[in-house]
Amino acid sequence: MSKFTRRDFMVSAAAASAIPLMGASANAAEPLKVAFIYIGPVGDYGWTWAHDKGRKELEAALGGAVKTSYVENVKEDASAIPVLRDLARQGNKLIFATSFGYMDQVLEVAKEFPDVRFEHCTGFKRAANVTTYNSRFHEGRAVTGTIAGKVSKSGVIGYLGSFKIPEVVMGVNAFTLAAQAVNPKIQTKLVMIDSWFDPAKETAATETLANLGCDVVATHTDSPAPLQFCQKKGIFGFGQGADMSKFAPKAQLTAIQDIWGPHYIARAKAMIAGTWKSEDFWDGIKEGAVQFAPYNASVTADAQAAANKVIEGYKAGTYDVFTGPIYDQGGTLKVKAGEKLGLGDLATIDWFVKGVQSA
Amino acid sequence: MNMTFIIDALVTVIGITTPILLAASGELVVEKSGVINLGVEGMMLVGAIAGFAVTFETGNPWLGVLIAMLAGASASLIFGFLVLSLGANQVATGLALTIFGVGLSSLIGSNYVGIAIDSLDSPFPDDMAHDAFWRIVFGHSPFVYFAIFLVLAIGYFLNKTRAGLVLRAVGENDFSAHSIGYSVIGIRYAAIAFGGAMAGLAGADFSMVISPLWAEQMTAGRGWIALALVVFAGWRAGPLLAGAYFFGVLMALELYAKASGFAIFPSQFWAAMPYLIAVIVLAIISSRDGKGGTAPACLGKPFIPNG
Amino acid sequence: MRLRLEKRLEPSHRMLVLTPVLSVLAIMVLGVIIFDGLGYEGQQAVWELFFTPVLDVYKWRDVATKAAPLIMIALGLSLGNQAKIWNIGAEGQYIVGAIAAAGVAYATQNMTGFWIIPLMVIVGMVAGAIYAAFPAVLRTRYGVSEVLSSLMLVYVSLQLLSYMITGPWKDPDGHNFPQTAQLSDAQLLPRDLFDSGIPPGLLVALIAAAVFYVVVSRTVFGFSIRAIGEAPHAARYGGFSSDGIVWATLMISGAMAGLAGVFELMQLTRLNLGFPSGYGFTAIIVSLLGRSNPVGVFVAGIVLAITYVGGQVAQTVVHVPNATAGLFQALLLFAILASDLLVRYRIRFTLKNDVSVQRGDA
Repeated sequence: MSKFTRRDFMVSAAAASAIPLMGASANAAEPLKVAFIYIGPVGDYGWTWAHDKGRKELEAALGGAVKTSYVENVKEDASAIPVLRDLARQGNKLIFATSFGYMDQVLEVAKEFPDVRFEHCTGFKRAANVTTYNSRFHEGRAVTGTIAGKVSKSGVIGYLGSFKIPEVVMGVNAFTLAAQAVNPKIQTKLVMIDSWFDPAKETAATETLANLGCDVVATHTDSPAPLQFCQKKGIFGFGQGADMSKFAPKAQLTAIQDIWGPHYIARAKAMIAGTWKSEDFWDGIKEGAVQFAPYNASVTADAQAAANKVIEGYKAGTYDVFTGPIYDQGGTLKVKAGEKLGLGDLATIDWFVKGVQSA
Repeated sequence: MNMTFIIDALVTVIGITTPILLAASGELVVEKSGVINLGVEGMMLVGAIAGFAVTFETGNPWLGVLIAMLAGASASLIFGFLVLSLGANQVATGLALTIFGVGLSSLIGSNYVGIAIDSLDSPFPDDMAHDAFWRIVFGHSPFVYFAIFLVLAIGYFLNKTRAGLVLRAVGENDFSAHSIGYSVIGIRYAAIAFGGAMAGLAGADFSMVISPLWAEQMTAGRGWIALALVVFAGWRAGPLLAGAYFFGVLMALELYAKASGFAIFPSQFWAAMPYLIAVIVLAIISSRDGKGGTAPACLGKPFIPNG
Repeated sequence: MRLRLEKRLEPSHRMLVLTPVLSVLAIMVLGVIIFDGLGYEGQQAVWELFFTPVLDVYKWRDVATKAAPLIMIALGLSLGNQAKIWNIGAEGQYIVGAIAAAGVAYATQNMTGFWIIPLMVIVGMVAGAIYAAFPAVLRTRYGVSEVLSSLMLVYVSLQLLSYMITGPWKDPDGHNFPQTAQLSDAQLLPRDLFDSGIPPGLLVALIAAAVFYVVVSRTVFGFSIRAIGEAPHAARYGGFSSDGIVWATLMISGAMAGLAGVFELMQLTRLNLGFPSGYGFTAIIVSLLGRSNPVGVFVAGIVLAITYVGGQVAQTVVHVPNATAGLFQALLLFAILASDLLVRYRIRFTLKNDVSVQRGDA
């Protein structure tokens, strides 16, 4: 990172995290002001809705000790900077930025307001007053992959992705590996639509996957449109970010629910107690950050048992879908038998496992 | 490659093509009358939220369809009034209409996020609509059938009827039409309202059939493709129908290629194709005198009668 | 009593200046009504939207930063507007300019030197001009409307952007996210000049406005543009080549759009999919609101920047949806376009059967 000599985040973050930041404790009488910026609308029933649910849980848990606010539809460009600045100037001491594209903006505003704490979701750059937090969504994919592997009759399952970024790649891989564990011959067809949100294109892409033989389709994009198509076509899918069963009661086998409440509550409490420090969080099923909607009627008892086993395994720490042997698409052994793919490698992964058919 | 695969692929292409065909057909009529309305994307979004909201509130999708058309037409009449009666610049006003439509639909739609409605499916009985083979004919939503009917009807109207001839005359030589006694302004108003209604209908296809939900800017730029399509088709109905399906095939091809593991060209190449081809077609048809179809001579020029 | 519209002998200068002002005021009033109707605090919302950015000193920097690209692009567009050449695709030239500058940044990523930033600016402007050359050649050689060709090319430029940032220029430290590497310190201008709070972009826009003012009002070139727009046949008779004017106005506006793209790149410090912000389209509104006059355009750019900043403030404080800012910009444009009528025509109340001809203002 030689070009960032004046922005040596890693070093300063490491140094700063050794010293708990003082002066962040709020007056007992004055509530802690916490703000959130969202990339989409709170009613989207997906990514942003889940974050807002977490915010409401924070309010419910801490009552008068906190005062929360949010700004929705904040674009991931330079215009996020004034929004963050205004929130800081309004007296918010803890600000959550809930999308990757706010990374540079958060870091810049954080420099101007050293006494305000920022938390950047799904990012990878920190500072003395900037924490990153993320969820191990891929654990959820391992569960849905298990169900898909059991439920699929054609042996071909589909994955609707957005961009070839590590989060999506590890999602596809977890989904496929878990499905292969219950059905070694399973194949995953992958389509990246280069967008997080485009209901018409998501529908067309799901349709294409279905036409090519997929009878279970998982998505990594934000709208319920793919599920709606699955319902129409009589195939199955999974809710993404939140329980989307009201859009597709027959098609949604289960949903991966993003549960942010516990993290928000914990961090607000840390602020109040004065123990907030810059860290990197990556919670999963064990910490309750990833939960599941009820299984619908099409999830057979066999599939439920297998899925529950995966969930229990993650909770107990005895299961990890990325346990070797794992081969990539070209057949090279990437993870030896018995070994696990480290979290560091996972965070920068750019290769798909064998059995994923991608362009 | 069996029958089911081919039928499924055709259904996908038809689904992608229909809203573009609807919006482009409406815009064709508008431009033939000599007016260029760049506000298609805005009118589509207004129609999308109107159709969705009304269907949700009343449970009656046909009422939703009707209101979607009325909403699109109303939005277009703002444009019409500014351009025809106040003589405003068509290009700027059309752009303003797009921005207006995006903003208005987002504002109204903010109350309708996270809601589902039933999609408006085939009007034919189930056994015909879901038959393994015959679904290619009977399995589509009413929007699909209407779109094909519409473009054929417009072709007939423009070329074989008196009224169509008058419309074309107004677009090619407004002064002559005026001197014969036709109301240039009146005809253009009607054309604009029609275009708006069709754009509204196209938008409703998104929110009522393709993905029955509301999301801001859910038309994702299809309005601009419709504009490109009118140009690409040389302002003629037959090529419009063919061109629309050609665009649909291109878009479906991109998805199929990816899902099958091919990336012959980067996906951005496919996405840029419709626009690049439209530009090339523009050059070809403009350099030939009318044989390839040309823009109506009065396109974009305001009509100001003397006295 | 009848209402009659009577064409003025000359566009009314009073109305030219008054109508934008009246439009803004009218939209403010309309805004209060709309917001109240939707259940928001109407007056406070309009206050935040229009007045806070002006009154809150802290917000001036945001307004200035937003205004700079709008003014730059609109200056170029104004030139074309006067010649009735409509460069609707300025957004595409803006994006291409930024891509080209990012290319320079990519090539010079480990270098330092004062020449880097000027090189980025020049390359960006040239790239924007070249991209505008396509509509120019299509119009002069094939008679293709520049409105349609430049518009189509905007969507091509978006795909080019997507390709470059997901492929050849992808940030190696970016975990495969679709973005370029961040610009290095040698490639960035300071956010404000000498801690004055004035962003360098605004200074450049001011200088550009001055240059355009001189060119349009004092040079033969400027005169020829206005002539071609007002009376094409007479102008051609007088020896001004309309093809030459097409090339000149399109390429100049392309260069200005490219310039804006370079400055915005420095604001965002990298290219990503969120980069296209629609400034190329908003600049059309700016150029029309500013009556295609450099001074007017400068002011209009500030006004529109105020609505952007105000929209964000209103969203943060009053919680109106941010779609509202766009809605207001559209309403402002509608108002301006509608009020154009007052510039070109007088409204006369006449008694029935009064057919005497009224004289217009001189």
